[in-house]
Amino acid sequence: MSEHVHRDDFGARLGMWLFLVTEIVLFGGLFIGYSYMRYKYPMEFHHGGAELNATLGVINTVVLLTSSLTVVLAIVAIQRAEKKRAMAFLGTTLALGLTFLVIKSFEWAAKFHHGLYPNAPHLATLPPGEQVFFGLYFTMTGLHGLHVIVGLSLLSVMLWWVATDRIRADRYIHLENSGLYWHLVDVIWIFLLPLFYLAA
Amino acid sequence: MSEHAEHSADLNTVEQPEHPAEHPGYGTFIKVWVALLILTAGLVGMSHVSQTYAVWGLLTMTPLKAGLVFYFFMHLKYEGPLLKIVILVTLGTLLIFFALLFSDVAFH
Repeated sequence: MSEHVHRDDFGARLGMWLFLVTEIVLFGGLFIGYSYMRYKYPMEFHHGGAELNATLGVINTVVLLTSSLTVVLAIVAIQRAEKKRAMAFLGTTLALGLTFLVIKSFEWAAKFHHGLYPNAPHLATLPPGEQVFFGLYFTMTGLHGLHVIVGLSLLSVMLWWVATDRIRADRYIHLENSGLYWHLVDVIWIFLLPLFYLAA
Repeated sequence: MSEHAEHSADLNTVEQPEHPAEHPGYGTFIKVWVALLILTAGLVGMSHVSQTYAVWGLLTMTPLKAGLVFYFFMHLKYEGPLLKIVILVTLGTLLIFFALLFSDVAFH
């Protein structure tokens, strides 16, 4: 008989949620800053929003919402001990997350091409309100992009652990917590879409 | 000993969900995903009508979408009161910061 291993899945989830709460406050501060600046520079934010590609923003929203679905479906699959299906769902999530990053990189590349990047000479010629808009745009979508990369790294480990049976039907708290992180990344994007891409 | 018995009982029921009511199936989440897509379409549609509609879409549909992800995808529906309170306190704190900032802005 193996020795007793202490396990507290609720405690693990509570710990994850406490971390996520700090993430909510981090992005929340940026959202509050955004609302004040938009209140101060309504026309400039309108013009700034018009420069962004709303179609790419909406496509990326659908991509992230679907990737959130596949993570939660992977958890259902692992609860039912359907290992192959769980791996397929996690693999789909990773593919969708990478798709998001590829679309994002094309979008940023187009902005750079038009002289829109932090500290760009062209940006300095724009009205102050538009400079603030693009400052917030690069800060918030950049910070979000970093979270996508972290989330993808976590979920890659989860896929590995499912493949090697470290995550099983009777022990899947790590997958649940990684899923929680991924969903929060999705929720942040849900707010970024209307605030930036649909601002015009 | 009783702990050991409980553990083997758990192993025996692994194939069947322990608490069926607490483990929703694939269907629930697919329905939520469809709702999220419909709300996104609504949000994009409203942003094309006029600025006023766009702001109302932002203020209603975005929190609704976030709420669906929190409640279903992040399993809050299936959690006890503690986690819900932690999140409500956080959102309440942000709301207070927001209100304080704009009350200051209003009297400038």
